[in-house]
Amino acid sequence: MKNGAARGVTDASVEAVLTSVVRDEAGQLTAALVRLLGDFALAEDLVQDAVVAALEHWPVDGLPTDPTAWLLATARRRAIDHWRRQRSYEEKLALLVRDGPSPEHADEVDDRLRLIFTCCHPALSREARLALTLRAVIGLTTREIARGFLTTETAIAQRIVRAKRKIVEAGIPYRVPHPDRLAERLAEVLRVVYLVFNEGYLATVGSSPDRRDLADDAEWLARLVVHLLPNEPEAAGLLALIRLHRARWGTRFDHSGRVVLLRDQDRSRWDHEQIAEASELVLNALRAGRPGPYQIQASIAACHAEAASWEQTDWRQILLLYDVLLRFTPTAVVRLNRAIALSEGVGPAEALVEVDRLESALSGYHLFHATRGELLRRLGRRDEARLADEHALELTANRGETSKEVQSDPAGSDSFYPGHYGVG
Amino acid sequence: MLLLARSDEEWEALSDDQRDYPAITRWFGELAQRGVLMGGAELQSARTATTVAWENGKPILTDGPFVEAKETIGGFGIIDVADLDAAIEIAKTWPATSHKVEIRPIVPVD
Repeated sequence: MKNGAARGVTDASVEAVLTSVVRDEAGQLTAALVRLLGDFALAEDLVQDAVVAALEHWPVDGLPTDPTAWLLATARRRAIDHWRRQRSYEEKLALLVRDGPSPEHADEVDDRLRLIFTCCHPALSREARLALTLRAVIGLTTREIARGFLTTETAIAQRIVRAKRKIVEAGIPYRVPHPDRLAERLAEVLRVVYLVFNEGYLATVGSSPDRRDLADDAEWLARLVVHLLPNEPEAAGLLALIRLHRARWGTRFDHSGRVVLLRDQDRSRWDHEQIAEASELVLNALRAGRPGPYQIQASIAACHAEAASWEQTDWRQILLLYDVLLRFTPTAVVRLNRAIALSEGVGPAEALVEVDRLESALSGYHLFHATRGELLRRLGRRDEARLADEHALELTANRGETSKEVQSDPAGSDSFYPGHYGVG
Repeated sequence: MLLLARSDEEWEALSDDQRDYPAITRWFGELAQRGVLMGGAELQSARTATTVAWENGKPILTDGPFVEAKETIGGFGIIDVADLDAAIEIAKTWPATSHKVEIRPIVPVD
């Protein structure tokens, strides 16, 4: 971003305003332009150009009074430039001038949904879905996406070009899926949002100050999906889950950047207002009577977030929720997390039996050995505990992680650890 | 184009019953009835293949497929549908689940 404050405000707040304006407007504009032009790749390019131009001009010239109009005008100019080089220029130009997209268009909801479902189409690779969604739906620039994923701009640009080519050449439709397929396809969309969140969540360690906050983008995306599909409880569940994680964001690391276990976190520093709101959100979602993995994970997170302390946590409730979660995602990692709740709610001996059953599936997973070590220690089996700890340490060292706490108590850091649920 | 990929070896080890040809015939029949089927067939195994390649502009025959692989194209169906989603829906109903179905758009001829 260029230096130079707009209208006397600081660079940081200009950036914040830009972020929210671009998110609000760019995706909407892309969505409308695709409908209008019938050309996904072109519409996406035009808006991207306009966004890049906005990020150059706005910090210098100040925010335009009507940012959408500014973006639209810029996109339109680029479209005209593009069509000048094409034969059908005049007839398309007439179309664009007569029927310019406007944000209050009645089709806005459908437009945006179409865009989201196309970007998250299962025929695209997962990496492509993430990059394309961030760019087309949120309006991130290629550079910002690269910053979020700690990769090169070239890599992201290639991913996006390839994805757009596949959309056009493979005939990926630009539409909201048939109601029969909506749940299945929505799960794909939510998975993309979840993965974006995961990137942001995991990135906090060793993050550089100018790294894009993908967790914030993920929350915004989740809110958008909830807004567009208010009757889909899983979307609300995911939004609640993200908010519950973020409510205790600041307490996950100490001043030196080391992981602080859930057990040891300063609960007075959690955002209790946000926790209450998010808990309400997931409760409302559950009333629809269509539970799913995100609603259940959010419920588990809410149980933790509402507990006054680790000891006063309602482990029985959490255990029941894990039983439900296992019906949706019967993975070894969920079983491991359930075993941790079992050790607190029932006892370490019972938990150890469960954990030992997971050996073949999880023997290469450091948290499996760390959990075993903890349980064995609580049972007074010190030598075995030490062995398990060593095993965990070896596996962790291979992953380049050095903080001892991460391994010593997975329940602490990982009842909330999105990467470990393996949803989807 | 739906390319039906299979392991010849595994497929040939199955009895006709196990291959469930009636289900496959039904599948093609239903597509034909819907008017989306443009053609399709099962192919003999890749061991029956003969490949023509050109060296210095001269055609050279080789005994065997153009690429040696465990899985080969065992058949194909050509369908005419609106978009990829429609093709995916059809591909998902292919009855021989030991196969893989690769969906490839056909290049349109103007």
